[in-house]
Amino acid sequence: MIGESVIPLFVAIPLAGAFLTALLKRVKGIPDTLGVMSSVFTFALSILFIIRMQAGQTFVVNVGNWGGFQEVMGRIVGIQMVMDGLTIFMLLIVNFVAFLVAVYSVSYMTRYTEKWQFHTLFLLMLAGMNGVLVTGDMFNLFVFVEIASIASYALVAFGTEKRELEASFKYAVMGGVASLLILLGVIFLYSATGTLNMGDMRAVLAGSEQPGLIYLVFGLLLTGFGLKAAMVPFHAWLPDAHPSAPAPISAMLSGVLIKALGVYAIARVFFTVFGFPHQVSIILLVLAAVSMGVGALVALRQWDMKRLLAYSSISQVGYIMLGLGIGTPLGIMGALFHLFNHSMFKSLLFLDSGAIEYATGTRDMKEMGGLSRKLPITSGTTLAGAMSLAGIPPFAGFWSKLIIIIAAVQAHHMKLAAWAVLMSIVTISYILKVTRFAFLGELKEKYKDIKEVPGFMRVSLIVLALVCIFGGLLLLPQVRDGFLSPAVKALTGMGGV
Amino acid sequence: MNAYMPYILCLILFCIGIYAVLSKRNIIKIILGVVIAEYAVNLFLILVAYKAGGRAAIFSGTQEIAPQSMVDPLPHALVLTSIVIGLATTAFLIALAIRLYGKYGTFDITRMRELRG
Repeated sequence: MIGESVIPLFVAIPLAGAFLTALLKRVKGIPDTLGVMSSVFTFALSILFIIRMQAGQTFVVNVGNWGGFQEVMGRIVGIQMVMDGLTIFMLLIVNFVAFLVAVYSVSYMTRYTEKWQFHTLFLLMLAGMNGVLVTGDMFNLFVFVEIASIASYALVAFGTEKRELEASFKYAVMGGVASLLILLGVIFLYSATGTLNMGDMRAVLAGSEQPGLIYLVFGLLLTGFGLKAAMVPFHAWLPDAHPSAPAPISAMLSGVLIKALGVYAIARVFFTVFGFPHQVSIILLVLAAVSMGVGALVALRQWDMKRLLAYSSISQVGYIMLGLGIGTPLGIMGALFHLFNHSMFKSLLFLDSGAIEYATGTRDMKEMGGLSRKLPITSGTTLAGAMSLAGIPPFAGFWSKLIIIIAAVQAHHMKLAAWAVLMSIVTISYILKVTRFAFLGELKEKYKDIKEVPGFMRVSLIVLALVCIFGGLLLLPQVRDGFLSPAVKALTGMGGV
Repeated sequence: MNAYMPYILCLILFCIGIYAVLSKRNIIKIILGVVIAEYAVNLFLILVAYKAGGRAAIFSGTQEIAPQSMVDPLPHALVLTSIVIGLATTAFLIALAIRLYGKYGTFDITRMRELRG
């Protein structure tokens, strides 16, 4: 039952959900139900897949049954969708966060009008992200990146106030240029190899002398996907766009979108297609070090809670890139594990900031104080997320940072390891600022009557907090072999596309 | 030399587009810059498929089958997709520009300074 033929459902279910939501917008309760149900289905599918998949197994499906032409033409015709260890790892993260965010927004989005538009765009974004993860075709990758991006531009502008519109315009223009660079890179690759399939490209590039053109392609794709991942020279849009979106969308954007469109795409293209050339490794290490530093140091002086978290995302993506750039199996495992942890704690923290905004109506940390007495669940879950972000043992974030730093030492990048340790101290100080100013101290007079957030929002917060606390258990050998190790193998070995 | 002229044209168009995005203050001109750069990329995509004297890749019963004399049909399919995506981006950007004008009463990007830090 669960086999390659259901892979397209990862894209089809949210896509169908999006259009049904738009069609049935007048029926009461339908947008909420469809929004939650579609993400439940894709999440359940990814769980079924991970149970069924043996280690190192790869599913391939030829969309539209063009597979028969392979014998005639001598190469793959049409679009392939591929499911390997890394794909299923990412799918599980994306759909898990999407499911919790959908549950959360049932209550949260009542603050806005036109809830169906939110759910339509949300599901389109989910379809785009799932598409990016499952596709095995370069041009198809570009198309899905665009679907997810355009939906996210619109979601950033959802509040249609001055700030939202301005942030969305900045994001849309920078994202548009990034997409053009990605497309240009894909065209150059096509003209150099004569194929769009990633597996074929790898075979052609590995078999022949690499043309000088390839360095141009590296530059174009690294810039394009780097813009989507908000690595430091290309990060200017993120601190505006992520705080401006409604809180559930901030959680999606910071938690999974920059990883699916940026980090995953970089890993897929540079590891699977190009076989991880040495030059790219150096560029990634430099960008990672700069991102970690700039993101963390600028986060220190923010007073808007969501803006602080957005800068923190830049810094944490730097950690992930550091692990990828080291390129050893341990480094990649640390990177992927930190990617998982960052998805969980950053989604949690953004949802918490939304909960505070829901209860008090402010995001300015100078305005808050003493909220832990009035909002026990919000403050408890924020603390769990904050400790995971700060890397306090035994929270999940500690283990992933530890692995990345050990990998850096093993690969003789001593300075980078020291820099990573230093920046994690800065991380502790900026996240303590959040817990200190928001939850401790005197409760302000005007917040005497605030109440804890509704049930749907609580469920999401508590589930994510539990993952943050117990996420370290993923490193246990039995669990690791089913979840983390196949993803690492897909990048290091030839077990990819 | 003449064979390279279309590619140079592409490059010039692309540079004009990026220049407009980077240096213009009017948001309509920035949007135009994105569109121009996008057209340059689409043009380049079509040029990749070009073959001197090639004809459309349509097989029919009466002709002999000669793929060597045909242009590559795949980029033609790709460019259609790319144009449609470009349309979506442009429509979205223009809708944003209209809303921004409604809020600020100006198209000047330097006067939109709500976001700082």
